[in-house]
Amino acid sequence: MAEEEFNSDDVVAVPLRHPWRWVFGGVASALLLGFIWSVYSAKSIQHSIVVQFMLDPRILEGMFVTLWVTVVCMFIATVLATILAIMKLSANPLQRWLATGFIEFFRGTPLLLQIVFWGYLGIIFPNLFVGIPFTNIIFFSGQTSQLIPAILAGIIALSLNEAAYSAEIVRAGILAVDSGQVEAAKSLGMSGGYTMRRIVLPQAMRVIIPPMGNEFIGMLKNTSLLQVIAVAELYTQASTISSANLAQIELLIVSGFWYLVMTTVLGFPQRALERKYGRGFAVVGARSEGRAFKVGKR
Amino acid sequence: MTNVMVDARSVRKRYGSNEVLQGISLTVEQGEVLCIIGPSGSGKSTFLRCLNHLESINGGRIIVNGELMGYRQVGNVLHEMKPSEIARQRQSIGMVFQRFNLFPHMTALENVIEAPIGVSKVFAIDAKKLGQDLLAQVGLAEKADHYPAQLSGGQQQRVAIARALAMKPTLMLFDEPTSALDPELVGDVLDVMKGLAKAGMTMIVVTHEMGFAREVADKVVFIDKGQIVEMGTPKQVLDNPKEARTKAFLNKVL
Repeated sequence: MAEEEFNSDDVVAVPLRHPWRWVFGGVASALLLGFIWSVYSAKSIQHSIVVQFMLDPRILEGMFVTLWVTVVCMFIATVLATILAIMKLSANPLQRWLATGFIEFFRGTPLLLQIVFWGYLGIIFPNLFVGIPFTNIIFFSGQTSQLIPAILAGIIALSLNEAAYSAEIVRAGILAVDSGQVEAAKSLGMSGGYTMRRIVLPQAMRVIIPPMGNEFIGMLKNTSLLQVIAVAELYTQASTISSANLAQIELLIVSGFWYLVMTTVLGFPQRALERKYGRGFAVVGARSEGRAFKVGKR
Repeated sequence: MTNVMVDARSVRKRYGSNEVLQGISLTVEQGEVLCIIGPSGSGKSTFLRCLNHLESINGGRIIVNGELMGYRQVGNVLHEMKPSEIARQRQSIGMVFQRFNLFPHMTALENVIEAPIGVSKVFAIDAKKLGQDLLAQVGLAEKADHYPAQLSGGQQQRVAIARALAMKPTLMLFDEPTSALDPELVGDVLDVMKGLAKAGMTMIVVTHEMGFAREVADKVVFIDKGQIVEMGTPKQVLDNPKEARTKAFLNKVL
């Protein structure tokens, strides 16, 4: 048999045809165009109102409230979740039970119910005070409705509920860290707290961040539930406007648009965080090899 | 007068009803190298982990550097130590693991200087100098900025040795340091360990490298089923074993 030499790129083949891709693309485009057209041409939707309220000061104010409430709630929830996760992994049974009880309670009841509960706390306990039980010593007291305004009630409700969910995410992240890491840290004389902070949690972050990004987006949308206790966030503002001008659909489009913008923008810091905590790990499916490792300063 | 570094007195360790250490007694003097050999499951790694109290013991006493490990004895009563006290005891005992256990999110240099800065409160600038010196000592000066995943197994293990040395330990424990390595990478790690032994470091090495044991060890101990079967110089134990079990084991591995 003659031995042929292949020393040039001589594979010049006719590419395989994919007719079904074209069919699928055509059908999808037609459906999308049809949907856009139906929205655009619907007589019931007044497009001028959508445009008019898109940058309305009340809408923008509502967006601002939505954003800062989301950030504050996620911050509190993450701190609480880390504490709960560590408690749940503790050798102390009391700590484990407390954490488990907290998580079960706040996962097991509807978020809407919890929000209303905190909002109506003033009806159940008209006065709040800090003192020593069974004595007359009171350090501090006041009316519940003044001490806990609606927005604080909302933040408490969302934070506690989120902490319960996130605790399991953090716990999974901690469990994903190899036990040899803790042994190495111990053998170097590191304390338990130091090991958790410098060795375990930074590695757990890799596993924690993607689902926490999900939680962040969920939180951003769940702030709309605060409408029931009249917190002036985006959805409340939109529905207040629409109850005055009766343009419900238009204002739903306005608020929906801004929710979509905010959740999309939130994806960017998540990717930055993933890169930061992916330090030293080869990333499966990374675009280029140079990306997987970043050598240099933290 | 010799200086006893490790004094293990009839150490017993049980997991449930399974007694993995059935009264191990041995001493290691300062500057000595002790190699522990034995079949897998014999308890040799467990014994090593008891020495720095990664495992608690059920019976006997372990005294390192004149200090009872993990407990305080008041009269006839033993009191458990606080975690912070155990951590302090471990600072003078370096340990190297079979699977390296480097911190993957830190560079080689960061791995080495983490404990000196965070635990011993050495200034960062001094720790960096120390870290670079130690990496040079294990032949990896130019790998300081590499992450563990970018290093070969042998290089990782040498970084792990440098990391343990950074705490300036008086005793080094090696738990099968070359068992997870490709054969051609074993030599570099063993060379580093030989250098340490020559420099006078007190070492306890659990190993399957009989050549290393013969060359470097002052004492070899053969452990089987949680008991010391034979102990002596490498010549006595490896070349002229008296016990049938030792002979059978050596026949299999040599």
